[in-house]
Amino acid sequence: MKQFIIFLRKEFAHVLRDRKTLLILFGMPITQILIFGFALTNEVKNSKIVVVDNAKDVASHKIISRIEASRYFEIEEAMLNANQIEESFQQGLIRMAVVFPANFNHDLVHQNKGQVQIIADASDPNTATTLTNYVSAIIQDYQAEMDKVNAIPYRIEPQVRMLYNPQLKGVHNFVPGVIALVLMLVCVMMTAVSIVREKETGTMEILLVSPFKPMMVMISKAIPYLILSLINVTSILLLSVFVLKVPVNGSILLLFAESTLFIITCLTLGIFISVKTNSQQVAMLISLMGMMLPTILFSGFMFPIENMPKALQIFSNIVPSKWFYIIVKSIMIKGVGFSEIWKETVILIGMTIFLLGLSLKNFKIRLA
Amino acid sequence: METVIKTENLTKRFGDFIAANEISFEVYKGEIFGFLGANGAGKTTAMRMLCGLSIPSSGKATIAGYDIYRQTELIKKNIGYMSQKFSLYDDLTILENIQFFGGIYGLSNKQIKDKSESLIEQLGLHQEAKKLVVSLPLGWKQKLSFSVAVLHEPKIVFLDEPTGGVDPVTRRQFWDLIYEAANRGVTIFVTTHYMDEAEYCNRISIMVDGKIEALDTPSHLKKTFAATSMDEVFYQLARGAKRGD
Amino acid sequence: MRTIRFLLQKEFRQIFRNKIILAMIIVMPSVQLMILPLAADYEIKNINIAIVDHDRSSYSQNLISTITASGYFKLTGFENSFKEALHLIEQDQADLILEIPQGFERNLIREGEQKMFIAVNAINGVKANLGGSYLTSIIKNYNNGIRLELSPATRFSRNPSIEILSSNWFNNLLSYRVFMVPGILAFLVTMIGGFLSCLNIVKEKEVGTIEQINVTPIKKHHFILGKLIPFWILGNVVFTIGLLISWLIYGIVPVGNLAVLYGFIGVYLLSVLGFGLLVSTFCETQQQAMFIMFFFMMVFILLGGLFTSIDSMPEWAQIISKLNPVSYLISVMRMVILKGSSLNDIVPHLIITFVFAVVLNTWAALNYKKTT
Repeated sequence: MKQFIIFLRKEFAHVLRDRKTLLILFGMPITQILIFGFALTNEVKNSKIVVVDNAKDVASHKIISRIEASRYFEIEEAMLNANQIEESFQQGLIRMAVVFPANFNHDLVHQNKGQVQIIADASDPNTATTLTNYVSAIIQDYQAEMDKVNAIPYRIEPQVRMLYNPQLKGVHNFVPGVIALVLMLVCVMMTAVSIVREKETGTMEILLVSPFKPMMVMISKAIPYLILSLINVTSILLLSVFVLKVPVNGSILLLFAESTLFIITCLTLGIFISVKTNSQQVAMLISLMGMMLPTILFSGFMFPIENMPKALQIFSNIVPSKWFYIIVKSIMIKGVGFSEIWKETVILIGMTIFLLGLSLKNFKIRLA
Repeated sequence: METVIKTENLTKRFGDFIAANEISFEVYKGEIFGFLGANGAGKTTAMRMLCGLSIPSSGKATIAGYDIYRQTELIKKNIGYMSQKFSLYDDLTILENIQFFGGIYGLSNKQIKDKSESLIEQLGLHQEAKKLVVSLPLGWKQKLSFSVAVLHEPKIVFLDEPTGGVDPVTRRQFWDLIYEAANRGVTIFVTTHYMDEAEYCNRISIMVDGKIEALDTPSHLKKTFAATSMDEVFYQLARGAKRGD
Repeated sequence: MRTIRFLLQKEFRQIFRNKIILAMIIVMPSVQLMILPLAADYEIKNINIAIVDHDRSSYSQNLISTITASGYFKLTGFENSFKEALHLIEQDQADLILEIPQGFERNLIREGEQKMFIAVNAINGVKANLGGSYLTSIIKNYNNGIRLELSPATRFSRNPSIEILSSNWFNNLLSYRVFMVPGILAFLVTMIGGFLSCLNIVKEKEVGTIEQINVTPIKKHHFILGKLIPFWILGNVVFTIGLLISWLIYGIVPVGNLAVLYGFIGVYLLSVLGFGLLVSTFCETQQQAMFIMFFFMMVFILLGGLFTSIDSMPEWAQIISKLNPVSYLISVMRMVILKGSSLNDIVPHLIITFVFAVVLNTWAALNYKKTT
């Protein structure tokens, strides 16, 4: 035990001595949460579009003023022909064009049928579908009002209620995701170089000849980072609640406990990488180049996992941040208790034990 | 005698700490100049200033006739340097390291080829020429480092504890290389902790707490301090040191 | 010039000597490019719906089968009360609830008007919005059907209707892969360039070889060029492999001019590598360099305009994205590969990226100090 404390003190000294790295470790996650919390949203708004109004009549004006009033669109100055539309798409100036034919209102009133053409730049399909939907909805609203005026019988009126997030704010979905993403990558990176650096500089040999058990080495490597990460989690949660205004509807204590578990899982993953590799560069390339995009994609907050091909859905199960994202979302937004997330918790515990076992096994091979 | 290194009141401060305190000395062409001092006395700092790796806080110095402040790049053409830490590329072979540093110093392809051959011949590294440097024993690495440092025939070569951790036989061989270079007219500026090596030098200076406390030939120093060996001289001077590891 | 040749020779030898890293540089981006676009799909499908039918009439049965037959919705629960259905939402087994009130059929026929309740899990706002509007439009169609059935006369009544014709240019199937592949390739090329260059100089610092370089009369810009060129070539190799993968696996062939594309990538890589080298000159350990690069890469990637739209970001984030080289690459890739934009169209992007390259590399060369 005394040995362990001595060793732990050495690890703390390493971490605390390097002020520059320490500053980075504290500053980085906080800044990222702030930037991404505010800037990331899967909403589509303020999109630049053009309206080509060949009709210039009552109906087209009414619809256009509705489009203008919507926060989703910013209408650029009008253009006249189809060639100019294509050119603007190619220069990336606009996302969509809405074209009213000449005699729009006339056709609508006299032939009961008016046509509106929507041309979207579908090189970004998400924006294209979303914008098309928005414009369609605006036109349908306009039509519904006409229907009401015309008193159409047998109307079913659907009343839609938005649960948990009535204003459909992007932050509520993204903040838990960003927390899971940033915590995972930072924690993995912290420990990923820890052991391999000692191998590279040769200090590992000294540890190997000492009567120290591998388990002890690993734990004492992880503890300073665990404490550091807990401080980070605290500041991240404070930021989420007070700056990003995302509520914690469930138990804060539970959230903290689950975060601690997740941090341990990620630190263990980092240690496993460190044990397995032989140079810092390899360890870093794996934890950065190898993990960054997959973690972003498979956490599930950016892209719905149920949309992925079956094989990738299965693959996503091994990404710890996926489970933590579900946990954070459940506690913070839905406000549910442990009984709803015990499964995810068990999975994270299982992963930790598995990774720890693998690291130990590989560590022993190095001794031989 | 031609003076190749001349310093006047050369000083380096790191905040409140004065690593090198107004050191002044001259080194002549072809001389083997020993630069002694306890750990932390300021040897490496002084040497780094002379090599142009570190800018002095105050004082004057010229190396091979060039000013230490304004003409560092010209100085670098005329010096060789071997640092405390082995600093050739571990992941290149012996030949590749020679080729690289030769190229950087602007030797022609023919010169590089001739130099590599004679160097490998001299060090007896035929077998290892195409092996990665990382696989060499420390002693050979040090000899190789030295040979690379004098590859471009510099006027002065700076050696920072070149024989640390090396066995006595290899140390002997290392000093043979140094003598050979000195005979060709290369000035050698060397720091060391081994007092037997100090005896090999033409003149030595001893630094204590950032100041040069003594500078003379080994025999004169022994006489001045009424000592039988350099060990004793060193001990008498360094004992009073306040700094150290 | 000769100095640079020796520097290049040395860098390439080191790159090719380390087979593990070389393999990682080539294999990791390739594998990721083959897999990740399949995962990056925003299309909202398989919306899970739970239905609470208090009416259990033939109308409500009909409505339910219309909804399940639409292809958008998957019925995951048929509950007796709203509370039970809400429980399904809490467990993430349902995304929305449709509650059909008692007396639905009767009221509709007698009163000519009936309300219906939809509750949507709105944590994911976009999915909620879309799911809600799909469901309302299905109900609307169903409603029209009923109306026809109940009063065939309305078919001839004078109800003006607006028809919406929508067309999707450049990607008429609205395929996400077409959109994601060039974008993800852009990220991968950026990461390779950024990470390798940021670790490089700082590794020489950590190992100590930089000292030996610093005592040589080598010129700073030669040294920086010697580091830049090998990674520039590697970046181009990775990019080319990426284009081949996009073609062979996803069938994406650039509509625009390849030379324009390579011209832009050439300048772009210089700016990313310059950034990496700059980071490298500021750091003492590889760990520091890695953390700093990680920070910027995350910001560059997540604010790059691929995963979320830059237009929707707050003002300050849009300003950040103007300083983000990745956002220019993403839009140029999209323009040249998908829309067939010409050199003229991308001139503004090219100029800005060129300025980045010049500024960052000059800064890196100035900040690389041979003396302390």
